[in-house]
Amino acid sequence: MGLTARPDSALSRVEYDPQSQDGWVTTRLDFLVNWGRANSLWPMPFGTACCAIEFMATAAADFDLARFGMERMSFSPRQSDVLICAGRVPFKLAPIIRRIWQQMAQPKWSIAMGACASTGNMFDTYAVVQGIDTIIPVDVYVPGCPPRPEGLLYGIQMLQKKVMSERMSDRRLRDEMEPDPTTQLYIPPPAIDEMSEPFGNSVNQTRSTP
Amino acid sequence: MTELTESFAIVSVGDALTNAAPPATPKHLPHRGGEENPSAAALRQKFGDAILRSAVGWGETTVFIERARAGEIIRWLHDDPSQQYDYLADVTAIEYREKEVPMEVVWHLRSLPYRRFLRIKTELQKDAPLEVDSVWSIYRGADWLERECFDMFGITFLGHPDLRRILMWEQYKEGNPLRKDFPLRGRFSRSEQLRQALAANPESRYSMEELTVAEAFTEIPADMQRRLMSGERTGE
Repeated sequence: MGLTARPDSALSRVEYDPQSQDGWVTTRLDFLVNWGRANSLWPMPFGTACCAIEFMATAAADFDLARFGMERMSFSPRQSDVLICAGRVPFKLAPIIRRIWQQMAQPKWSIAMGACASTGNMFDTYAVVQGIDTIIPVDVYVPGCPPRPEGLLYGIQMLQKKVMSERMSDRRLRDEMEPDPTTQLYIPPPAIDEMSEPFGNSVNQTRSTP
Repeated sequence: MTELTESFAIVSVGDALTNAAPPATPKHLPHRGGEENPSAAALRQKFGDAILRSAVGWGETTVFIERARAGEIIRWLHDDPSQQYDYLADVTAIEYREKEVPMEVVWHLRSLPYRRFLRIKTELQKDAPLEVDSVWSIYRGADWLERECFDMFGITFLGHPDLRRILMWEQYKEGNPLRKDFPLRGRFSRSEQLRQALAANPESRYSMEELTVAEAFTEIPADMQRRLMSGERTGE
């Protein structure tokens, strides 16, 4: 079967009439493109801990991530738009999340879900990266330990707002990260050290001394 | 359709003891003292001076043995028909806060036929090389447990076929994380730790042995084959 035009229908004829007002909508290209992008974000779930359980709950029927255009979990980085890092990232995983981020095609965004992915949380230890923003750029940080699904949904809506406000003329938004070829770090080492400093009560925690 | 009217027979694992009471959770266990595992007396009779001391706590028996004869004693516990410790639950190590107290290596053994649990400990002096016999040839499950112990404490298990790091990556330079002289945040700065971690190449983290076991060598990309053939492990 194919598309057959009804002979009695006015819609059967396609006419090009630029002077006519019928059948035309004018908009900004920025809005159209961003509207499409913001409402079809495919997540790349990078779940390493309990935050991934909350992420699964967000994707399940009660909270229904599909309402926000995230119908499909994309387990291939090539076909995904937003990397959601849910959980703590040990140093052993650092090159892997970096590789996944570099494999994702532009346009791409990332969400650090939970305190561990954002700052390292209480895991101020030899094994855990103190925030994935030392490895990849992060667009939205979702606080919580773990965040409730509502929190993640709020973060996703914030990301959608950010996508809606992008300008296509701003080429810097689509710049790939270029890590330093010798150290593979994309921000200066003193900045990483400063970001990784303990704060709050963890400054006074017991430390083993040599 | 078969009707499930017959009651199920309870399968009891231990059957080496005649007239053994059915398994029951013990109650009101004393913190110190109590009934000793009969294997401790059998060990003292068999090995004499190699059994240093034993203690009972919360109903569990701990036997301290001489380091040099650890492999021999555990093999006897596994092989002897009157012991039959056929399940190795754990291999781990302890380092105490006091510097003069020696480190300990702990084996948790379980005898399913006799329903016994025995904890074997041996002491490693810190001024001597941290070496102890591997029990890999007795229990294959000791493989990763001993690798973890080697990784975290730096204890060498003599006779282990593939003793290398298991939790930290193999080029990890900061030492053994569970040692008391290891700072909680590691020895290097965060940026240096991240630099070393990112320098590792995740694709070439597999050793030739692992790839041979998986028989995946023919399916990986040609350049990766070439790099592995030349012995490369990571990008470090």
